[in-house]
Amino acid sequence: MQPVNFNPAKHLNGIKVFLFMVCLVPLLRLIWGAWQNELGANPIEFVTRSLGDWTLNFLLITLTISPLRKLTGWHWLLRLRRMLGLYAFFYAVLHLTTYLWLDQFFDWSAIAKDILKRPFITIGMSAFVLLTPLAATSSNAMIRRLGGRRWQQLHRSIYVIAIFAVVHYWWMVKLDIRQPLIYAAILGILLGIRALWREQERRRQLTRSGVPQPPNCAT
Amino acid sequence: MLTKSPYDIVASEITPRETWLRRREFLKGAAASALVAGLPGVFNPTTVYAAEKLSGTLKSPLSTHETQTPYKDITSYNNFYEFGTDKSDPAGNAQALKTRPWTVTVEGLVKQPKTFALDDLLKLAPLEERIYRMRCVEGWSMVIPWLGLPLATLLKRVEPLGSAKYVEFISAADPVSMPGVRSHLLDWPYREGLRLDEAMHPLTILAAGLYGETLPKQNGAPLRLVVPWKYGFKGAKSIVRIRLVDREPVTAWMKAGPGEYGFYSNVNPEVDHPRWSQATERRIGEFLKRKTLPFNGYAEQVAQLYAGMDLRKNF
Repeated sequence: MQPVNFNPAKHLNGIKVFLFMVCLVPLLRLIWGAWQNELGANPIEFVTRSLGDWTLNFLLITLTISPLRKLTGWHWLLRLRRMLGLYAFFYAVLHLTTYLWLDQFFDWSAIAKDILKRPFITIGMSAFVLLTPLAATSSNAMIRRLGGRRWQQLHRSIYVIAIFAVVHYWWMVKLDIRQPLIYAAILGILLGIRALWREQERRRQLTRSGVPQPPNCAT
Repeated sequence: MLTKSPYDIVASEITPRETWLRRREFLKGAAASALVAGLPGVFNPTTVYAAEKLSGTLKSPLSTHETQTPYKDITSYNNFYEFGTDKSDPAGNAQALKTRPWTVTVEGLVKQPKTFALDDLLKLAPLEERIYRMRCVEGWSMVIPWLGLPLATLLKRVEPLGSAKYVEFISAADPVSMPGVRSHLLDWPYREGLRLDEAMHPLTILAAGLYGETLPKQNGAPLRLVVPWKYGFKGAKSIVRIRLVDREPVTAWMKAGPGEYGFYSNVNPEVDHPRWSQATERRIGEFLKRKTLPFNGYAEQVAQLYAGMDLRKNF
């Protein structure tokens, strides 16, 4: 036994099962709270907001995987990303369901009006519509069918989705935008680091391909 | 036919909230004792207790007979940004507010400006129970048994001049006891306003109590405005100053969002908030949503105040 040399890559199945259960905790907490009548004076609002928060959390966690892997060299992290992304979709479906059911009671004309008239609903719904094909193409079979490059192109829309989701929250808030600002800042870092790395990569390729560098470019 | 008027039962008797209140007092007392142990003579634990029974209050024909929202919900789900923007913030943070001694200055375009000690102000008229619907601009509502006196009683006392057209309400803004005031979300102090005829309307009250007891701090102790046909934010809390003026006051919410919050802010299912609909509301404690009523169901009493006005423009 050498616990010091624990290699996560070798225990991926166990990690996945553990992660799967951890990701259900926010939902179980809500169910428990509802059962114990501990969700406050306006439990439906509490549930809707909480599910929205967790959709955003999972979107951002999913977007953290790739930079984290690059920084740490833990390539096995990539194998967890699909599950995290699907959990973002799972919580998005629940969040949307609370709106359609507990807020609008499936009054489709009122819902249609809401989507057209209220920017925060419009952008939230757009984020959901864009997220759906990503969930639908998450299986290995779909990746093979689409081909790696096309699949990757499609799944880049996660950046737009995450921006839409943060804006959805921002526009929904009555006055105190501190919470959405925190989400925006984290998303800014996650997208910024990608832009930075991409730029560095571009420069590296330029140097490698023998194109002369600008004279003042420090290396 | 009603065999028994709902008025036969005093609100505070039907609601089994005594034990619940005790628990809070016990906790508060325990916290105070812990402080006192460290700082002898600085804190007096008896001042920590908030609720006192208000006796000899009158019933009012202006009260609604609808099911009252439980005390716990009324006192744990509050918008009182001086104590934080989360609805659970005021119940905790507001306990630091010192509500006694308290004075309210009534001034401006009046013949007899005066600073009232709270106790004197509350003796101007016997306190009445007013069970009112309260509709928040966010789309939820409650039914609240306030105790208070008509604002008109106070205003008549100071004799408004003919030039007085509006009334401005200014709330306490103490950065030490009110953590929200240290942020700059709203332009403190909180300001609200009414047209003089709205302020003199019999439905408009200054509330000092809730459920037969003094007003909990998170609900705007020691004295707050209640205007039941307007969105809840019109009800300025912890009022320290009332001014009679000749121009429409600019309220805190008008400054924060001129396109979203108007001076009148009458409950109106036809006029949406720019970002959400006002057609329906969730009554706290109910599963299905209700249709929102014009003037929050008080149209019969107040609609004539706005005869000929474009309520879409004067939102």
